[in-house]
Amino acid sequence: MSKYTEDDLREELKTKEYEYGFYTDIESDTFPNGLNEDIVRAISKKKEEPQWMTDWRLEAFRVWQEMTEPEWANVKYKKPDFQAISYYSAPNSKPKYDSIDEVDPELLATFEKLGISLDEQKKLAGVAMDVVVDSVSVATTFKKTLGEKGIIFMSISEAIKEHPELVKKYLGTVVPQKDNFYAALNSAVFSDGSFCYIPKGVHCPMELSTYFRINQAGTGQFERTLVIADEGSYVSYLEGCTAPSRDENQLHAAVVELIALDDAEIKYSTVQNWYPGNAEGKGGVYNFVTKRGICEKNAKISWTQVETGSAVTWKYPSCILKGDNSVGEFYSIAVTNNYQQADTGTKMIHLGKNTKSTIISKGISAGKSQNSYRGLVQINSRADNARNFSQCDSLLMGNACGAHTFPYIEAKNKTAKIEHEATTSKIGEDQIFYCNQRGIDTEKAIALIVNGFSKDVLNKLPMEFAVEAQKLLEISLEGSVG
Amino acid sequence: MDLKEKLVSSFLAFENRVDVDAYVHDVRSEAIKVFEEKGFPSKKEEAWKYTSLNAILKEDYSVFPKQENTLDYKDIKPYFIHDIDSYKIIFIDGKYSSHLSQTTHDGLDVCLMSSALNKPKYQLVIKNYFNKIAEKDSLTSLNTAFSNEGAYIHIPKNKIVEKPIQILHFSTGNESATMLQPRNLIVVEENSHVQIIERHQSLTDNPVLTNSVTEIFTNKRAIVDYYKIQNDSKKASLIDNTFIKQRRESIASVHTFSFGGKLTRNNLNFYQEGERIDSTLKGITIIGDKQHVDHNTLVHHIEPNCESHQDYKGIFDDNSTGVFNGKVVVEKEAQKTNAFQANNNILISDKASINTKPQLEIFADDVKCSHGCTIGQLDESAMFYMRSRGIPEKEAKALLMFAFSNNVLESVKIPEIKQRITKIIAKKLGVNIGFDL
Repeated sequence: MSKYTEDDLREELKTKEYEYGFYTDIESDTFPNGLNEDIVRAISKKKEEPQWMTDWRLEAFRVWQEMTEPEWANVKYKKPDFQAISYYSAPNSKPKYDSIDEVDPELLATFEKLGISLDEQKKLAGVAMDVVVDSVSVATTFKKTLGEKGIIFMSISEAIKEHPELVKKYLGTVVPQKDNFYAALNSAVFSDGSFCYIPKGVHCPMELSTYFRINQAGTGQFERTLVIADEGSYVSYLEGCTAPSRDENQLHAAVVELIALDDAEIKYSTVQNWYPGNAEGKGGVYNFVTKRGICEKNAKISWTQVETGSAVTWKYPSCILKGDNSVGEFYSIAVTNNYQQADTGTKMIHLGKNTKSTIISKGISAGKSQNSYRGLVQINSRADNARNFSQCDSLLMGNACGAHTFPYIEAKNKTAKIEHEATTSKIGEDQIFYCNQRGIDTEKAIALIVNGFSKDVLNKLPMEFAVEAQKLLEISLEGSVG
Repeated sequence: MDLKEKLVSSFLAFENRVDVDAYVHDVRSEAIKVFEEKGFPSKKEEAWKYTSLNAILKEDYSVFPKQENTLDYKDIKPYFIHDIDSYKIIFIDGKYSSHLSQTTHDGLDVCLMSSALNKPKYQLVIKNYFNKIAEKDSLTSLNTAFSNEGAYIHIPKNKIVEKPIQILHFSTGNESATMLQPRNLIVVEENSHVQIIERHQSLTDNPVLTNSVTEIFTNKRAIVDYYKIQNDSKKASLIDNTFIKQRRESIASVHTFSFGGKLTRNNLNFYQEGERIDSTLKGITIIGDKQHVDHNTLVHHIEPNCESHQDYKGIFDDNSTGVFNGKVVVEKEAQKTNAFQANNNILISDKASINTKPQLEIFADDVKCSHGCTIGQLDESAMFYMRSRGIPEKEAKALLMFAFSNNVLESVKIPEIKQRITKIIAKKLGVNIGFDL
């Protein structure tokens, strides 16, 4: 290990294959490929949805047909053929289980490989798991504890049936059906996702977490998440993804809506590790996600993300700071390797008075990848004393990759205070030399430096999740992160 | 008939009126086709997202000056730096004014684009440099199609030009609305050094639209200092397109002072083709009313060991809007690049707005690139300090604002320009102090 250099690291990064690439063969209930109004109706019927929901989906579908795919992002990819995708697939082993023993053993083995066995998870720090395998929830834990507090945490399809008044009131209020091409598509065909409601004044006692996995060849995954934190409540929501190795590109177009009412706080953390494609850039997941939250008075929304996977990522978790004194935060680490392309960032829309936002974005590019930060900070004319701080740092490994920054800053109020800074650098020879000199070998030194570089963001992750994030960083930059 | 149709249809008449060389003729015909196809840029284009030309394109501009106008020296004296000896190239309504100008062919060429385009002895330079780095976007193409008059400056090897060159464009307002399209070509050969001051001035309140293109070539180890003073009347709009190509070890800097005009758009592009090049782009913008100033910069780092420094300060009052769109591209061969970009803004009024977009596109790993951008207010404790010492509010504010923009002035190499700018700033801020405390 004495002669481990950055070149070795690069070599290792090049050859490192996706470790979690495996495929579980569960008999699936899959729709034929293609998309038309009948498919949309069929999805709705399959989910036993009420008429208003079917109409809502159809409305979205009609809008979607009129729209064209956005091209402004700094990514290049072969556009998916939307008629060659199956829009519904659900694991067949139904109905739901009350105990873990009833769960399909093959599925359990899958989780074991991921290192997230339910047994372990149950014990681990009170994390409630709503495990989503190919769109339908198959196991939910800790539901009772949550129920006692009045917290509703279930799949969105159940919520449509059981709490239609809440879904109807909030669905599409933050991300309208016609918001953008992929949001419209998602609105039309979303198969499942999570729904979470925290009642007034309740501090959710545990981290809520859902695992999304794409598990069936040729199925797009269209998740829909809706989190509502009622007045004065608090919730920390975790979302993590790993996907099996596949050759054709898979499409993932999720929509996440967060609603933080007066004095509420939502912390939303993501670890994303969809299959990034192999070293030649073949295969990999297309990740086109719309995530947005709205803050009412004194509310706070915090997005934390660790993006290591996907061939193409197009993702901008945003905050609309509508209420006075509301706070928005965005912490992100995006790692790209091989031929991965990431165009990610955030939007902070300041509408209320005394609103504050913080953006910390760390991009690490290696191999032949392209990593872009794209963000918008907008201060409305009524947003007196709005405050923003943005920092975007990029770390480049090798000269075949690229790091780009596209910040948009629009201020219409004289009391606004906005700071934006960005730097691009590589791991300094002097930094490595300094470590070497003190008996730290180069591998450890690189690990230290990368770790230090992303520490600001890693620190924001909930403890249980930081473990997973660390693991995923290890896979993406094996040998560099200790 | 809208402006685009008018321009396209008058192209043939224009071609017939001026003597054309076959080479230039081809360049022009090609350019008008590009303009005809693309038209004027709209807000749908990313580069024009925050700047709309609609309002200024509505005027019924006369595209060619109908008559030659003259001005007296006393009318124009306030508008140039008159207390230093300088070469002057003066245009009135787009026509060269020989009795006001002071040009030379003695050891260097400071003369006219029209003669360079027509006289055989300049053919080689024209073929080598004319329209070689100007982008093929619609406004630059429009200028290329009508390129006829402007400044032509050619500095031979190892020549230090002792006095600055002033390029001044006046419009008399004898016609209700005028469109001007000056075209400048500046070639600075090895080891030479030149300082240039450019200014556009309208003498009445009749609308003027200037679409100017300047190509600057700085060869090996050459030094070019360029100052743009933009303090035009409230009815005049300026679209300035400047392209600078630098060869190795050359140093080029452009300072842009934007205080006047209705709409000002500065497209400033630097292309670094060689090692150890230094580029500086600085600007002060102080505007009010309904003024709009847009700085659109590009620095393209192509080879290793180069530097670029950008520093733009803006102060926006009333209903004014400011735009900064800075882009730094570092190619993968351009290792050891140091690129810095700073954009600081102060909003004074509730109705003023600023849109800024500092972009970095980096393909090389061993580089130091950073950009910073701030929007804020004057420091209240500093204000309090001065007020408590008996400095009136207005003056205290002005002092702070002057201090805020002083970074940019510090690198100005001609003291007379510094003084002039200081005076303009004082006037703009409505105070009667000298700032040279």
